[in-house]
This record gives sequence, C-alpha cells and structure tokens, in this order.
Amino acid sequence: MSTAFLHKDDTTLVTPDAPVVHDEPRVYGARHPARWVATAIVAVLLAMVVSSLLTNSKWEWGIVWQYLTWPSVLDGLWGTLRLTAAAAVVGFGLGTVLALMRLSKSPLLRSVAWGYIWIFRSVPLILQLLLWYNLAYLYPQLSLGVPFGPSFVQLDTLSVIDKFGAAVLGLGLSQAAYASEIIRAGIIGVDQGQHEAAAALGLPRRRQQRRIILPQAMRTIVPTAVNEIIGLVKGTSVVYVLAYGELFYIVGVIYGRNQRVVPLLLVAGIWYLVVTTVLTVVQYYLERHYAKGALRQLPPTPIQKARWGVGVTWSRFTGRPVPKDLPPSYGRQVRTNVLVRAGRPERSI
Amino acid sequence: MAAGLVEVRGVHKAYGTLEVLDGIDLTVRPGEVTVILGPSGSGKSTLLRVINHLEKVDRGFISVDGDLIGYKRRSDGALQELKEKDVLAQRTRIGFVFQNFNLFPHLTAFENVIEAPISAQRRPRAEVEAEARTLLERVGLSDKADAYPRQLSGGQQQRVAIARALAVKPAVVLFDEPTSALDPELVGEVLDVIRDLAATGTTLVVVTHEIGFAREVATSVVFMDGGRIVEQGPPAQVLDAPRHARTKAFLDKVL
Repeated sequence: MSTAFLHKDDTTLVTPDAPVVHDEPRVYGARHPARWVATAIVAVLLAMVVSSLLTNSKWEWGIVWQYLTWPSVLDGLWGTLRLTAAAAVVGFGLGTVLALMRLSKSPLLRSVAWGYIWIFRSVPLILQLLLWYNLAYLYPQLSLGVPFGPSFVQLDTLSVIDKFGAAVLGLGLSQAAYASEIIRAGIIGVDQGQHEAAAALGLPRRRQQRRIILPQAMRTIVPTAVNEIIGLVKGTSVVYVLAYGELFYIVGVIYGRNQRVVPLLLVAGIWYLVVTTVLTVVQYYLERHYAKGALRQLPPTPIQKARWGVGVTWSRFTGRPVPKDLPPSYGRQVRTNVLVRAGRPERSI
Repeated sequence: MAAGLVEVRGVHKAYGTLEVLDGIDLTVRPGEVTVILGPSGSGKSTLLRVINHLEKVDRGFISVDGDLIGYKRRSDGALQELKEKDVLAQRTRIGFVFQNFNLFPHLTAFENVIEAPISAQRRPRAEVEAEARTLLERVGLSDKADAYPRQLSGGQQQRVAIARALAVKPAVVLFDEPTSALDPELVGEVLDVIRDLAATGTTLVVVTHEIGFAREVATSVVFMDGGRIVEQGPPAQVLDAPRHARTKAFLDKVL
C-alpha cells in the first residue's frame, strides 16, 4: 500500500535539515456497493413518479397551469398570507408575553400563563375558530372602560370580529400557546453565566434581555419558530370552515363549480409549496445571522456556494483562476478530488 | 482619595441547611490586593458573589465605600432592600471577572467592552470607545478588537473580560478563579494583566489557587475553610508561617 514512499534508503539519504519530499501516493476512496444499489433503486422509483406525473392525463397540467395565476386564486393566496402574517404577529407577540410571565417570580403570573397554555394547547383549532366566530352570541356588545365600572366605548361584537378577525384570533391565540413554550425554551437555554455576566455589569434589565439574552436565545428559537410559521401557513386552510376567502377555500369553491378537483388541489399545493420554500430560505438567512459569534466561520450562502461551484468547474475546464473569495477549505476539498498525482518527484541528496 | 473600601460584616449565607458563609468579617482597604485561598467548597466564590449582590446574604451586611450593597438604611434604622434598578447601578462600581469569562459570544471583543459604559452608565459613545481602545491595548489585545470571543484563546478571552470589567471604572474588581479554566501556558498572560492592575492602585479581591501569584502581588492573604476565615495576614506570614494547622495542611498539599 504505502510502499511507494517507504523506501529503506529514505532515512540514510535525507539529512535532517533538508526538507523531506515524499511522493504523493494515489488515493482511492472507500467502496460503497450497497450505496450504489440503493441509489439505483431510488433513481428508478423517481423516474417512475416523474413519468406518471407527465404521462397520466388525469393530472390535467394544462388546467393546473391555467388556474395557477387565476385572479381569485391569487386573491386566496393573498388571504392566506394575510392570515398567516397577522396570526404570527399575534401568536409570537402574545407568546413572548406568556413566556416572560412563565419565567416571572410572581406565582399568579406563572399560573395564569401555565393555565393559558394548558387550555389553548388542548382545544382543537377548528373548535376554537368556530367558538370565536360565535363570540357575538355570547357577548353581543364589547365595551371599553373601567373594570367593574363605567364604560366609555360600546361596540357591536360582529363589527369587530368578522371572519378575518375570528380567524386571526383563533389562529393567533392558539399559536401563542406554542410560541411561548418555544421562546421560553430559548431563554432558559442561554447559559446561566450570560445572565450573571449581564447582571454583574449592571446592565439595565430590558437591555439584558434585548441585547444579551434574546439574540442568543434566537439561535434555538428560529428553527422551531419557522417550523411553527410553516405549520401556520397550512393551518390557515382550516379557516375554510368560516368560509373566509383563503387559498384552500377559494380552490374548493372553484372545483365545486367546475368539478376539476385534482388539478385545483394541485394548484393550492403548488402555492403552499412556494410559500414554504420562501420561508425556508428566510430561515436559512436568519439562522446564519444569529450564528454570528457562535461559529468561528459562517456557512456560505447558497448564492456563494453556487458561484464557487460554477467558478471552480469553469476554471477546471478553461484553466482560468478560481473565484477570489473562495475559502481555502473549499479549495482543498476540490483539490483532493481532482489532484491524484502519481510518480516520484526528484529528491535532492 | 482612593476609593474601593470593602467592608464585610457578620455575613451568613446558607443553601438549604448548608452554611456556605458562616459569619464572615473582612475589610479590604483602598488600593489593597486581597487574595482569598482555600479548598473547594470553603465559600470563597460565594463570598465574592455576595459582595456584588449576585447572591443575597441571610444575615450581616456588606458595604463599598460606606454604601450598603443591596440595601439602604431607613430612618428607623432598619434595612430596606433596594430595587433591582438601584442594585444594578451599584454593580457598576464593582467589577467582576468570572472563572469561565462569560463574554457575550455574539458581540465582538470591542462591543463586549463598550456595552456596560454605554447602556448602564449612559456615558457618551465617543469617549467610551476611545477608552475601550486604550483598555484593549492595556491588556495587549488592540489587534483583536473586532474578533468574536469564540475566535480567541482562553487567555485572550479572559483578558477581554478584564477589560470589560474595567470599562465601568469600578472602585473594586473581584476575580473569581480567573485562571482556573485556562491551559497552564496561558495562565501567565492573565496574571500579568492582574499584576499590572494591582500596580495602578485599584482595589482587587482575587480568589485563586496560584500561590506564587499571591506571594508576589497580595497585600493580604485570607485563608478560608468551611465558610469561615481561618487566618488572615500579609503573604509572608500566612503562606510561610501559617499559625493554623488547617492552613498549613492546605498549603502543604498545593505547594
């Protein structure tokens, strides 16, 4: 194996202060036959799926394409995005408050937050949505005033909580229960020493939280929070029970009329996929942002990776220099793949 | 007038039934370097932590330059616990250097140093930044100002932590085993910085196991065991001619 450079005369010929020049032996990677078999099987399965998607006319791709940018479908998409954004703001805003309550020293605040989370995690979303929508039955009037005292403003419940309002309340309030646990986990996950150092320096309480603790907590909060928001995007489809014009409801209305059920479900599916993909990209950059200081070197962005890949391939074919900002580790990786040198270099005696 | 008089009077502190501090009386005069020695669990770190009110005492009190820490005296003579805001303000007069550095990992060395003067003391940014550069230079790290803690060695991190503690211009600086988390070859660079600091006349209280450092730099050495101060005096006396058997046994083991 390594006999190529382990010659007996090596030690006698090379003086200690002369640089030792070793041959670079050929390098072969380990063999993975099982991996090849598995790859082949998956490739065939993938080909079957793609071919059936393309050849089975019942998918009706023409219809899918036609309805993908249909004005009412886009309206529905807008409805979904609006709901998601509003519910996420309510959910994570209230969630932060609940998390801080649960970490508070007051037993009442802690218990109330605990009770809230207990109830809103236990009751199915669809039930909550219908309940909020029927709030006007329980409380026909909403008033703003002194507790147990006079009220200043009186409003009709129905005028405040329309379909959108009920949907945002239902989605947001139940989201808050989950969000608060995510945020609390992030905060208690930050090393106790960080809390102590911030306190020992005498930083004001709010500053401790905002400048020292939260940015570090975000590292654990972001992945799960984006997970929750992706869940929320799809969770908005439950709002069809209120006949609110979000994507899933609109699509249902259309196929109710034209009976093209499968292609229209595909239309909705494609849009959900697009929204989720965008969120995933946002997540990547958020995680990268909050990794600042936690990693010695930030991972490259997808754009950088693509540019380097193209640049290196291009330079291999044309002999042009590789991209200037290519990190040394990237170069090394590439070199071991392409540079397998054989033969013995000259050795000076 | 040199500031930094620390007075600890009759301090008791228990965790559950364990008496960690069992009646501590200690005076650190302005400009003095007090080194606290003692076996693990003797209450050294807890003593430092009660001095800047990271832990509350059960009995007794602590004052820095005559001001009670964590409490104020009411007109009827009783003690009234201070609001968190006021405790935080008091802490800017007491620097604290941790065994594990506890630098803020998401901020650069420079940002770590300027954080407290700007947000806790509300001093003008330009002035604070100029001082921070001087401080980093003083601990030999002016070229590492923009590095994140994770990119620094342990010794460098601890030196940044010292600069951060000094940035608020404290009257007294407390060191909690500042070199215990370091590789042996990095201990020297941190001790050098503390030695320089001692020479400037800042009041220092240092918990350490570095006996040689204590002998060289300390004005006064305190030996603690079981939550009490067993022996106290100039290094030549406590380290070379200990009067208590417990002190002697400890020194025999660590020397």
